[in-house]
Amino acid sequence: MTEAVATRKKPAVNYHRLFERVALVLVWLIIIAVFGAIMPRSFLNWGNFSIMFASYAPAALLALAIIVPLTAGDYDLSVGATLTLSSCVIGVLNVWAGLPILLVVLLALLAGLVVGLVNAFFIVYVRIPSLVVTLGTTSLMTGIVQWMTNSSTIGGIDNALIMAVVGGRLFGVPYAFYYALVAAIAMSYVFDFTPLGRRLLFVGRGREVARLNGIAVDRVRVGALVASGVISAAAGVLYAGVLGSADPYSGLNYLLPAFAAAFLGATTILPGRFNPWGAIVAVYFLATGITGLTMLGIPLWVTNVFNGGALILAVTISQLTRGREASDIG
Amino acid sequence: MSFGDGEGALTARSEGSASRTGLPPVLRLRNVAKTFGGAVALGGVSLDVAAGEVHGLLGKNGSGKSTLVKILAGFHAPDPGSSMEVDGQPVALPLKPGDFRRLGMSFVHQNLGLIPSLTVLENLRLSALTSPGRAWIDWKAERSAAREALETFGLRLDILERVDRLSPVNRALLAIVRAFEDIRSGLEGSGRPGLVLLDEPTPFLPREGVEKLFGLVRSISDRGSSVVFISHDIDEVMAITDRVTVLRDGHVAGSLVTKDASHDAVVQLIVGRELARSAPARTARKVERPVRAVIEGVEGPRLAPCSVTIAQGEILGLTGLIGSGYEELAYLVFGATRAAGGTLALDGAEPLELPAMTPRRAIDRGLALLPGDRQNASGVDSLSLLDNMFLPDVDRFFRRGLLDHRAMRQEAEALGKAFEVRPNDPIQKLSALSGGNAQKVLIARWMNRKPSLLLLDEPTQGVDVGTRQQIFAALRAAAADGMSVICASSDAEQLAEICDRVLIFARGRIVKELVGAEITKDRIAEATYASLDGMGALPPDERPEDEMQ
Repeated sequence: MTEAVATRKKPAVNYHRLFERVALVLVWLIIIAVFGAIMPRSFLNWGNFSIMFASYAPAALLALAIIVPLTAGDYDLSVGATLTLSSCVIGVLNVWAGLPILLVVLLALLAGLVVGLVNAFFIVYVRIPSLVVTLGTTSLMTGIVQWMTNSSTIGGIDNALIMAVVGGRLFGVPYAFYYALVAAIAMSYVFDFTPLGRRLLFVGRGREVARLNGIAVDRVRVGALVASGVISAAAGVLYAGVLGSADPYSGLNYLLPAFAAAFLGATTILPGRFNPWGAIVAVYFLATGITGLTMLGIPLWVTNVFNGGALILAVTISQLTRGREASDIG
Repeated sequence: MSFGDGEGALTARSEGSASRTGLPPVLRLRNVAKTFGGAVALGGVSLDVAAGEVHGLLGKNGSGKSTLVKILAGFHAPDPGSSMEVDGQPVALPLKPGDFRRLGMSFVHQNLGLIPSLTVLENLRLSALTSPGRAWIDWKAERSAAREALETFGLRLDILERVDRLSPVNRALLAIVRAFEDIRSGLEGSGRPGLVLLDEPTPFLPREGVEKLFGLVRSISDRGSSVVFISHDIDEVMAITDRVTVLRDGHVAGSLVTKDASHDAVVQLIVGRELARSAPARTARKVERPVRAVIEGVEGPRLAPCSVTIAQGEILGLTGLIGSGYEELAYLVFGATRAAGGTLALDGAEPLELPAMTPRRAIDRGLALLPGDRQNASGVDSLSLLDNMFLPDVDRFFRRGLLDHRAMRQEAEALGKAFEVRPNDPIQKLSALSGGNAQKVLIARWMNRKPSLLLLDEPTQGVDVGTRQQIFAALRAAAADGMSVICASSDAEQLAEICDRVLIFARGRIVKELVGAEITKDRIAEATYASLDGMGALPPDERPEDEMQ
């Protein structure tokens, strides 16, 4: 009975799926067209887009960081705070302590690794829900950052970092964007072309199944959390480079768009799975919307409404299109 | 009542409170039938439960017991022509879910339906506390109602204790008291007796717990209510019930007054054997075969230390009543559940310590386990057939730094074809397949690795007849090539069909071994039900309550 139904439905599902895969890209093009029609001069020029691509690169990296533990079935809400921590480690050690920038960048990434390990310890070994742990470490890190920086923005970061991030351009787009692109390529390689990617997926979808098939479930989860710590620290490095300074407050604003992008990204390219290319598309979809609205002179609060609305809408759409199948993240 | 001390304990109880005169049967079923597709689950069952009576319902797996319970619970609609009376009043069928409460019935299922993280009070008063139309909760009144209910049945529980801190016995007792309390309030003053239905409440309880549970059942029937007691365990049914109805293949095989019935008569009704059994000509398979695995002293939560040896190419069946421990062995050997002790020696190699066994180690040594819980432990529904098939060994396809998706797809397609998976589309999600086909995919996963010892738990549960045969054929073929199989199953027919040898478990021990021509469906079923005979009484401290948690 079930078999017959499944066979009959197959071709229809495929067309449907194809549309689902590119739907977000189409919507993105549509909003570009709409803003372009309203503001042909100011919106539709390459300068505008190249700035957008560069300034949202840290957010893109953050979205990539989130999808690693999400795929393995854990939330990491602390990525925003880790980004801030990393950029402020750079500010404090480079500007105030005068350490060389290369060493400082490595220390910032190391800080991300430590955050990942701390999260993993409480989530995997003490068995506390990831939502609770990472919410806690977010506040913890925010406090530490305020203490470190005396709650002030630290300017004057070594020019080498700024040059490496926004100093050069390729096709008119600052390097920052390409770092995010390289990360997405690396991640989609791991997700789709290595056994590690399969393990990550199985650990997220069926822990017991994974365990009984000989996968070291705990080790995979720890690895995923450490990876998200390090990648969000890298996002912090980009952020410091883009701003040229370390800001103890604004980093957390990236958390919601990055989460929205991770979930929105899971409705496209490879629908039903958190996937790096989907996340990248989603980040720039949101960025386009916000940039366009801002240029129209719409007040600041609309940004928040847009991000929040997009997150909820994204999850709703993916749930509806997949019937009432259980969602991947519980 | 002394259940634990041998002979006298197992005699039927005296008439006592049974069949109060003048009252119509609490429950009267006439010709209740249920067909699923073309398969007859119930073929017209008629049965009366008198007021104040403890009525036993016995039967093998698949005899229709659970279908009957589900009809009463309003979960299945019976076929037209079925009729039902409660307290002499005809009831319109099918019942809606929840109707049973209005009719004065309540159920205690094996999982008890308690919420472990809430207190005794909250669990006991669950329906009262959550009923709509109350503006506030009078906690004082709730507390005294709960205390009163527990006191009525002599249950000494702290009402503020969390349920997960209770012993398994007290949890079961609490669930039964709650079931009785749920109907009591509705029946008060109406003079209707009410009915509590206990669906296999005992298999995981230690013996002295069973005794307490019986005491409780008796005080319920002393209050005039009826109890339907469903169990696999004949001894328990004989000890507690006034009357017994036996179902077999969806029909009533017989109805007996317990005190006039013998244990053997009941077994005969359940198994339905003709005494002159025609043993099917069973080709005696090769006996002299090299040993594949020696399992020594394996011990688990419900399994007392026991030893099993299996030869190359042998298919060994494990069976017993629920809770007898047979279902644990495969998980302990594979390291899926941590063993308390024991060793495993494969092909004459050094024995491995079982407590240190992990699934990874087991897989690396050529073991494979197909768990009984397909949805949660065996396959991932939301991922593709291909991913599910190659889960334990994706690394094989990692060549020159890339996963070879093409090779994976080709091999998955070939594998699907060999195991007759339909539809055979490796990219399809596992959830798109029927239960039987999904099981074929998961069996293919392990067989493809050519394990030396394949461990199966209920491999054909929820699998259609045709698929069953395909799975059996695949197992036999692999066994002929030297793979050894341990198959834990409660399905005697399946064991009879594929096994070279069957071990019967009871109360955590191996009590009987069937070989060769002895292996027939009837002999297995009979041995399973007789398994408690010769066991004698275990001292109460043999199986401490804490062990069950």
